[in-house]
Amino acid sequence: MTLARHVGAAIVAAVVIWVLSVSLSSFRDYQIADIAVYVVAIAGLTVLIGLSGQISLGNGAFMAIGAYATALLQMHLGWPLWALFPASAAIAAVAGVAVGAAAARLHGPYLAGATLLLAVALPSFATQFPGVFGGDQGLAVSVTAPAALGAAFPPTRWLAWVNAGTALIVLVLLANLVRSRVGRSWQAVRDDEAAAALAGLNVARLRILAFIVSAACAGLAGSMLAVYSSQVSPGSFTVTLSIALVTGAVIGGLGSLAGALWGSLVIVLVPTYVTDVATSHGLSSTVAANIPVAAYGVVLIAVMLLFPNGIQGGLRRFFGLTPPAATGPHIRFNSLRRRQPASEHQEEGTT
Amino acid sequence: MREFIQFTLGGISFGMIYAAIALSLVLIWRGTRILNYSQGAMAMLTTYIAFTVIGHTGNYWAGFAAALAAGVLLGAVIERTVIRQVENKPPLNAVVVTIGLLVFLEGLAGIIYGGQYRSFPPAFSITGLRAGSVPLGVSSNDVFVAGAVLAAALGLALLFRYTSAGLRLRAAAFNAYAARLLGVRVGRMLTLGWALAGLIGALAGVLVSPATFLYPASMDSIFVLGFTAAVIGGLDSPVGAVVGGLILGVALNYVGGYLGSNLVPIFGLAALIVILMIRPSGLFSVSTSRQV
Repeated sequence: MTLARHVGAAIVAAVVIWVLSVSLSSFRDYQIADIAVYVVAIAGLTVLIGLSGQISLGNGAFMAIGAYATALLQMHLGWPLWALFPASAAIAAVAGVAVGAAAARLHGPYLAGATLLLAVALPSFATQFPGVFGGDQGLAVSVTAPAALGAAFPPTRWLAWVNAGTALIVLVLLANLVRSRVGRSWQAVRDDEAAAALAGLNVARLRILAFIVSAACAGLAGSMLAVYSSQVSPGSFTVTLSIALVTGAVIGGLGSLAGALWGSLVIVLVPTYVTDVATSHGLSSTVAANIPVAAYGVVLIAVMLLFPNGIQGGLRRFFGLTPPAATGPHIRFNSLRRRQPASEHQEEGTT
Repeated sequence: MREFIQFTLGGISFGMIYAAIALSLVLIWRGTRILNYSQGAMAMLTTYIAFTVIGHTGNYWAGFAAALAAGVLLGAVIERTVIRQVENKPPLNAVVVTIGLLVFLEGLAGIIYGGQYRSFPPAFSITGLRAGSVPLGVSSNDVFVAGAVLAAALGLALLFRYTSAGLRLRAAAFNAYAARLLGVRVGRMLTLGWALAGLIGALAGVLVSPATFLYPASMDSIFVLGFTAAVIGGLDSPVGAVVGGLILGVALNYVGGYLGSNLVPIFGLAALIVILMIRPSGLFSVSTSRQV
């Protein structure tokens, strides 16, 4: 029943995207492809943060892994597109196992810091081994539209179809995962780790599994990014990207996968729009490019203080729908605050 | 052997920068149990303020003082306006809010100053010192960097140990509830803690910028390594922060010197993972309860 509803929603979305891609300009097609990349990456992050209660500031690094995997597999082995996507997701998932195993023991701020360092450190691999990864220039990826579509078919429309179709498949899979036994177990671990363990759940394994899912999503998104931008370079996977993903997830709403769509729309469309408006008012391009960045910061703080459930939560409240129990009003980490400074915690001065 | 001495001395200078960032993180962590991800961005902004003041007055020390004053102010204002709202919320909220501050401050710097790399003047000469004819791999500016951070750390130690404000700061961090019952204005102490952290962070920004150039994201990698230093030392321990910074600075300078500077962040990550696996509370933390 749930599966049928999700598939139905995906088919409706596919029709809408098909109509949009046919009727809009090729620049809009490009934006659709871009939004689809962010939807996949942010949906994975929404599951990780909202459902399993772990945070990653380093999912841009998993995107880099997926993108480089795509470039290398395509360049050296000549794999076709349909094999590149799952392979890249799988390779990023393997990296997710390694990070998740480390992350399963960490909470809140420590985990955020460790994953942030991952995002800072990973791109320097590409510069350290230019023979393999092409250094700062990166690698080229060339995937062409199938000949069956005809020579006159706009390649951006094909890319929009590929990316949007992949994103819809991912959303259906994730939506079912969220409603499954695993999804419920994640919520149990998020809300009370000790109680979940007492109820027989394997807390460490569940935490690692959430990391794997989010890493696979990020890897797939990286692969999609590599294909539609036809190149991979370390400059595309900065800390800014990782933070943009978190921004999108929080603004969209951590409680629901639909939030990933809102977040992606904001991340992709707002900068373009604001930059256009600002330059048309005679502001310099550096100022125009930085206004959305500063605005994200303000919005991120405002959302966290005022609307912890993001856009999707706001819509739900507006239309009078209560959020399902699965996505309770407060996303909680295993609270560090519960720990009272105990008496054995002998406070020393700084000397 | 000569190389080894050079790398060691150079590492101490960089290590003191990490120590300063780590110290500012520890100050905030002890008081509010919040890890301030915007610490690097705050230091970046105050360094830009120093840059502007130096540009207008032509006096390095005027800029230096302006940066420190701006750091105090920025720390206090941020605590009062934004952080106060999340102090008793789940940790995720604080993480996201400080990330929001990081994004906002970097965007703000981009709007005001643009994205280009600017060179920031050092306080003293950056030509290498020599012992006789042997180059030591450090300059008089490096000596100043190490001395300034050390002086700031000692100043904090004296403040915490020998002044009444220091005692109240420690009381508020140790047990806010009991401190409040005893008449300590805990909220005010938290603001003071953030202001002091802003001061130390601003110091780090001014000191490191001659070596890294100044641009909106210039403190990102310094910040993550400062965080690593703080975790190595234990987020609760100011002494640990300084020692952690020194260990990390020297170790990473060996990596950069012998193996290549691209590997520095990767080894930083490896160090962080190893320390979190083996001794998650850090080398110097006295607390026994679970923290990570």
